[in-house]
Amino acid sequence: MTSRPIISVRNLEVGAMSRHGMLRPLRGIDLDLPLGQTVGLVGESGCGKSMTARALLNITPAPMRIMGGTIILDDGKAPPQNLSALDPDGVAMRAIRGARVAMIFQEPMTALSPVHTIGDQIGEMVRIHRKLGRREAKAHAIEMLDMVSMPNARQRYDAYPFNLSGGMRQRAMIAMALACGPDVLVADEPTTALDVTIQAQILELLQRLQANLGMTVLLITHDLGVVARTTKRVAVMYLGEIVEEASTIQLFDTPLHPYTQGLLSSVPRLGGRRGRREPLPTMRGTVPSALVELSGCAFHPRCPKAVGGLCDVIKPVMAEVNPGHSARCLLYPEVLVASKRGSSVVQPEPVS
Amino acid sequence: MWRFILRRLMWMIPTLVIISIISFIIIQLPPGDYLASYIARLESRGSNVDQATIDSLRMRYGLDDPLIVQYFKWLGNILLHGNFGYSFEWRLPVSQLILERLPMTFLVATASLLFAWSVALPIGIFSAVKQYSLADYFFTVLGFLGLGIPNFMLALVFLYLSNRYFGLSVGGLFSPAYLNAPWGIHKILDLLSHLWIPVIIIGTAGTAGLIRITRANVLDELRKPYVETARAKGLHPMLLILKYPVRIALNPFISSIGFILPGMISGEVIVSIVLNLPTTGPLLYSALLSQDTYLAGAFVLMLAVLTVIGVLISDILLAWLDPRIRLS
Amino acid sequence: MTIETAASTSTASTGQPEESPLRLMWYKFRAHRLAVWSLWIIVGLYLMAIFANFLAPFDPETRTGLPYSPPSWPTVMADDGFNWPPVVYGVTSKLDMKTFKRVYTVDTTRQYPVKLFVAGDQQSWFGLFASDRHLIGVESGGAFFLMGTDALGRDVFSRVIYGSRISLSIGLVGVSISLVLGVILGGISGYFGGAIDLVVQRLIEIIQCFPSIPLWMALAAALPHDWTTVQVYFGITVILSLVGWTDLARVVRGRFLSLREEDFVMAARLAGASEARIIGKHLLPSFASHIIASVTLSIPSMILAETSLSFLGIGLTPPALSWGVLLQTAQNVNTLAISPWLLLPGGMVIITVLAFNFLGDGLRDAADPFAKERLS
Repeated sequence: MTSRPIISVRNLEVGAMSRHGMLRPLRGIDLDLPLGQTVGLVGESGCGKSMTARALLNITPAPMRIMGGTIILDDGKAPPQNLSALDPDGVAMRAIRGARVAMIFQEPMTALSPVHTIGDQIGEMVRIHRKLGRREAKAHAIEMLDMVSMPNARQRYDAYPFNLSGGMRQRAMIAMALACGPDVLVADEPTTALDVTIQAQILELLQRLQANLGMTVLLITHDLGVVARTTKRVAVMYLGEIVEEASTIQLFDTPLHPYTQGLLSSVPRLGGRRGRREPLPTMRGTVPSALVELSGCAFHPRCPKAVGGLCDVIKPVMAEVNPGHSARCLLYPEVLVASKRGSSVVQPEPVS
Repeated sequence: MWRFILRRLMWMIPTLVIISIISFIIIQLPPGDYLASYIARLESRGSNVDQATIDSLRMRYGLDDPLIVQYFKWLGNILLHGNFGYSFEWRLPVSQLILERLPMTFLVATASLLFAWSVALPIGIFSAVKQYSLADYFFTVLGFLGLGIPNFMLALVFLYLSNRYFGLSVGGLFSPAYLNAPWGIHKILDLLSHLWIPVIIIGTAGTAGLIRITRANVLDELRKPYVETARAKGLHPMLLILKYPVRIALNPFISSIGFILPGMISGEVIVSIVLNLPTTGPLLYSALLSQDTYLAGAFVLMLAVLTVIGVLISDILLAWLDPRIRLS
Repeated sequence: MTIETAASTSTASTGQPEESPLRLMWYKFRAHRLAVWSLWIIVGLYLMAIFANFLAPFDPETRTGLPYSPPSWPTVMADDGFNWPPVVYGVTSKLDMKTFKRVYTVDTTRQYPVKLFVAGDQQSWFGLFASDRHLIGVESGGAFFLMGTDALGRDVFSRVIYGSRISLSIGLVGVSISLVLGVILGGISGYFGGAIDLVVQRLIEIIQCFPSIPLWMALAAALPHDWTTVQVYFGITVILSLVGWTDLARVVRGRFLSLREEDFVMAARLAGASEARIIGKHLLPSFASHIIASVTLSIPSMILAETSLSFLGIGLTPPALSWGVLLQTAQNVNTLAISPWLLLPGGMVIITVLAFNFLGDGLRDAADPFAKERLS
């Protein structure tokens, strides 16, 4: 049973004019974050997953801005709102940011202020959003540090980021993000910069917190192993678009989009596929720059299954191929039909 | 932090020693000793100095001793007795003359420094936040102008303008009425009303450099991830900028005293000559012209010492502000 | 990932020819338009200094008998209508017996057209030959004073042009001495590190801590009064460079320190190169561009220093001619009030200093084409 989405993204576009032309890192994202679940967002570097995270909080780095689409936040604390329509620096958006939708970042050493104590940075959350006084903020901060299993929480309140180890810093960051009890947590590659063992600890912490607090988590990563471990549903991004979306099990079991298939098959496996040693399959080509505007499917230049005359002409849309499993690939009739409906160009009939 | 300060203090000692040596060299530089030319001048004016006085002066200042001995005697006099020597031109102990003038120099220089800071910091922050805007370019150009116009030129132009359009007798730090009055609130107010002129003139040179440094540092910090984190927490953009990147960019700003202060003191000296302020400048100038070496050397020494102390204070401030130094 | 890097990955081609660091520097420099203009201004200034005898309308010592004349510019609209070439009028001076001020009346009956290659005061061209031709001017008697005249009736404009010889060259000479001192001391300090580095570093700090103007004043005033102008000139340059080498030394030291750890140095050492060869062939080229930038930035402070010292009368003195000497007369407020044009040599100083600063700035940005905004 699918829970109702707490965040509903439709047709999200983010871009900016640059010296070289129009840059569009996000080109029409549709995404649902079901209540209380962890959704993964994967893709190569440059596909736009970090930009999606920032768009959700409306902190796209200048000159990037949301150019279209809606982000509906429906967490029950207020009537459903479209975040993309709010002024990024306005009072309304700032009240939501951190308090109802929070974010944790990849590198906690640089993401935390080096000259303020972690206690101060955590306490700041409740001081701004709940207008608590210094002493109550301090008490709350220590509570949060306890919640994230920070050893010696009370002493660590006065520590500076450079006093802490990588894992502890990330815990501090999580404590900071959760200080106001947000219902949505966006985690942008939270474990990428950590050692593998610490990674496991942090992931475990996130899972535990999610279960206890009933949070919805959007976990952004390029690490398929992390996705497999922690997420219920996962979306695959390529060049600013979501190309496949399914439950994690479905995705790993039957990847539909050729890109996903390429990603999964390029994961190194001990003992090789089928027990034999083989050269590691790779995808040819590289991700094109965000300036490029391709006709037809964005992946067709690199796709081993591309069909000439079809994939380079018609722009595919997302369509459900199996129950709960959508993809953006013209090789599936559901997608082809839906895409042609939207397209105004007369297409030659595909030869089957 | 205390280790840091202790180390700084220890390094001050050889610094001060070398400064004293340089000052002493300056005293000794003019060929012939002062006494001879002084006597010659007295005689040309018709007065007579008897041999006994000459001999006693020679002995007192050790003018016949080898240089090294003279140096230590001079240094010893200063450190142990606060005796900086004798000004032949003014017939007064040098220490008295210095005490009259040096504090004022320091006051003006510090005021100029504070002025430069208070102007440069907001402009630098603004320029960084609104990079490439019209205002940014405007301030950059203004800053460069401040850099290019020599202090004394600005002072001259100012003198000319105020003379031409206001007919004021400007120059000087006090109105004639307060010149010799005892210190009180009115004298301070009078001082302030005259002070802003040299402060602006001297401060503009330092402002330009400071604006560029602040702008570059804040720009650097604005790009860092913790700024994004703060934004993600829902902070107000203005508060965000002040609390985080500016706070960190403040560190190099504070340590900029190290090279701004010598410039301010330098500028004060020359501007005070042009504007004829009752500070070090005019006195040093006349001392140099008349080869009143003890006075000149003492001034150079004290000016350098003041600067060193100022730099030390800035180092201590920096250590206190930056937790990375404070806690190591 | 920034926007620009994401965009440029698609345009960067792998088959591009290698550019030497100096060429890269030139490309980056060209983009800094202010710096390029400054370069031309500076070239123009130095040409002016070299060809002063041709460019100046008058000999700097010629007394025209019209002291304190305000600037008089040629005009195309004269009483009799349009005039080409533009003309200046003759001027007569009278002493007003009531105010005892000199009054200049323009005599519109006498017109002197501005001519090119006009015959004027005899000038010697680099001591090779003499000629009386000047680029621009009027026949004798005309008041062609673009910057007015001074107390002795000498044309300020011509004096400014001649003054540029000393003012501009002091910067160059002083900076060469600083360069040698700075590179040697900074290099030794940065390359060998350790105790030597500590000592040199302290020395640099101490010298930079000294307020420069009082120090210069004291040293300059100590130059013997009976020295000739040439001796004083060199004395001043030595004094200025004794303080000025510190900035260069710091830059050189900093570069050496960071380059020392580079792998290519270790590789050269392992290949058996001598220390001298490593320094000369491997290290120097990589910071040549930084040195050029720092040297350019040191020149304006030298020019300013000489100007300040001469202005105070303890640098160069008449009959030496520099912009600072020209400004000496402006020390007197009363003189200045009546003849403000005496400040115009200061304008030349400002233009020169600004031009060098912009140029040095552009060179410094270009020296590190891959660096972001720097700290100071």
